Amino acid sequence: MRNLVIGAVLVGLIVLAALISFLWTPFDPTQVDAALRLQGPSGAHWLGTDRFGRDLVSQLMVGARTTLYVGVVAVGVAAVIGTPLGVFAAAGPRWLGEIVLRANDIMLAFPALLLAIMFGAAFGASTLTAMVAIGIATVPSFARLARGSALQVLNTEYVLAARSAGRTGLAISVRHVLPNIAGLIIVQCSVSFGIAVLAEAALSYLGLGTQPPTPSWGRMLQESQELLAVQPRLLIVPGVAIALAVLGFTLLGDGLRDRFDPRLEGHRAQG
Amino acid sequence: MMVILRRAGIFLLTLAIASIVVFAFMAVLPGDPAQVALGVNATPELLAQTRHAFGIDRPLPVQYLDWIGGLFTGDFGRSYVTGDAIGPQLLDRFEVTLWLVGAATVVAVVVAVPLGTLAAAKHRTASGTVVSGLSQLGAAVPAFLAGIVLVEIFAVSLRILPSGGWTPPDADPVAFLKGLVLPALSLGLVQAAVLTRYVRSAVLDVLGEDYLRTARAKGLRPTRALIRHGLRNAAVPVVTVLGLQLATLLIGAVVVERVFVIPGLGSMLLDAVGGRDLIVVQDVVMVLVAAVLVVNLLVDVLYTVVDPRLRRAR
Repeated sequence: MRNLVIGAVLVGLIVLAALISFLWTPFDPTQVDAALRLQGPSGAHWLGTDRFGRDLVSQLMVGARTTLYVGVVAVGVAAVIGTPLGVFAAAGPRWLGEIVLRANDIMLAFPALLLAIMFGAAFGASTLTAMVAIGIATVPSFARLARGSALQVLNTEYVLAARSAGRTGLAISVRHVLPNIAGLIIVQCSVSFGIAVLAEAALSYLGLGTQPPTPSWGRMLQESQELLAVQPRLLIVPGVAIALAVLGFTLLGDGLRDRFDPRLEGHRAQG
Repeated sequence: MMVILRRAGIFLLTLAIASIVVFAFMAVLPGDPAQVALGVNATPELLAQTRHAFGIDRPLPVQYLDWIGGLFTGDFGRSYVTGDAIGPQLLDRFEVTLWLVGAATVVAVVVAVPLGTLAAAKHRTASGTVVSGLSQLGAAVPAFLAGIVLVEIFAVSLRILPSGGWTPPDADPVAFLKGLVLPALSLGLVQAAVLTRYVRSAVLDVLGEDYLRTARAKGLRPTRALIRHGLRNAAVPVVTVLGLQLATLLIGAVVVERVFVIPGLGSMLLDAVGGRDLIVVQDVVMVLVAAVLVVNLLVDVLYTVVDPRLRRAR
């Protein structure tokens, strides 16, 4: 329960910052002003300015949008491809399941960051390219989870009953399997979201993620790397933002898992 | 035995298909390597000559077989940009990355096993909760950020370790070890945070087992019972996770090599991407993919060998 609350609060804060940034930010986050460079926190600039005189709070708020965008694209691609694949692998003919499993094995040989670098080489560096790559690399974990939990649902008596009532595999998958595995898929989404945020930070650091002038927490880190000694604030602010975002999504996932899987909660209470 | 043979067969098949995927991906890329090498002002004749020299004017299946055949004999082709043979450089770079990954693994295990065990054994106390919380937070920090901060503390402020660069072990063992500390820590500590959670849950599972209660009933003290009987059993799932993490470390090294200017496979890959030296990208990606698959195979085999239940089943 504690995980769920902390996670939900952290994620809620990021969503809130991103939403508000559409209506209002203290300053234009891309506004360069040499006279204002490297200013410390003040009444006007709460967290100070960066080496180009841009307001850190405004960058952080618009950066939250990038973070959410990153997660939504990556997790969306992974869940939308992976979940049906896993369910088909479980409910469909045996050979289909076998093919999906083998394809999964091959995909596992291409870790997310490696795939993102390959995509960057092929299609040029951009947030979208990077996140589609991260999403594709995450498909196997969704497919695996969906297949495993779908197999469990398919063995229940109500599915047998539906089958004997003449329902087709597709109808059973849509009406019984999907609603029953939705909880676990949501948990996986939350956990994968955190991983995607970390991956975006790494890729932006390598110059293969979000491109200027779009504010991104990962790029804020990369841009101020050599200023750590003189202005540690410039690294601490985006660094803490990334860590809290990842932590928030992970805790939210853990909390939701306890919710959706009562057996685990009992196990944890005992352990 | 059959299980292992079957697994090895699947490994070879997966490796073959993965190599086709890598080759096909690079083959369909827009852009002509000859054009990239010669620039926009190259004459059509020169372009054709260069394409012939690169071997990219041949049918794709021929190119693929030539490439894959070369890999088996250690011939990785020649760089489109520098014209140098790729194989020797790749081998040197791979060695550097292996040192880094190996050292990071040691860091991860040395930190995670005691901490995870402590968090499990004391899970109802404040220290257990603190360790769990820290491991959650640690897993949320990007490795390169840890690297940047470590450099600031140990290289810039305290001046006790180098901020980057690489000395081969046979050139100067002391400088080699000093240079390895910070990269290995930044890569290893983040993995340690992840691993700690697995160690904790594995030990927690074991703590509830009957044999541990029996050991305590025989008069062994709880700590001793845990170390003698518990850890050995908790090791099975932890070794699996560690193996799977090796793949993550291998790729994570790409970023950390950038932070510390280490001439490993990661830097080679990123430089090749930057210079659009596609044949080098293709070779490095293939080596990394093969390494990931080998690690996965070893984990599977190890799992079959060490898990007592599977042994009994045979």
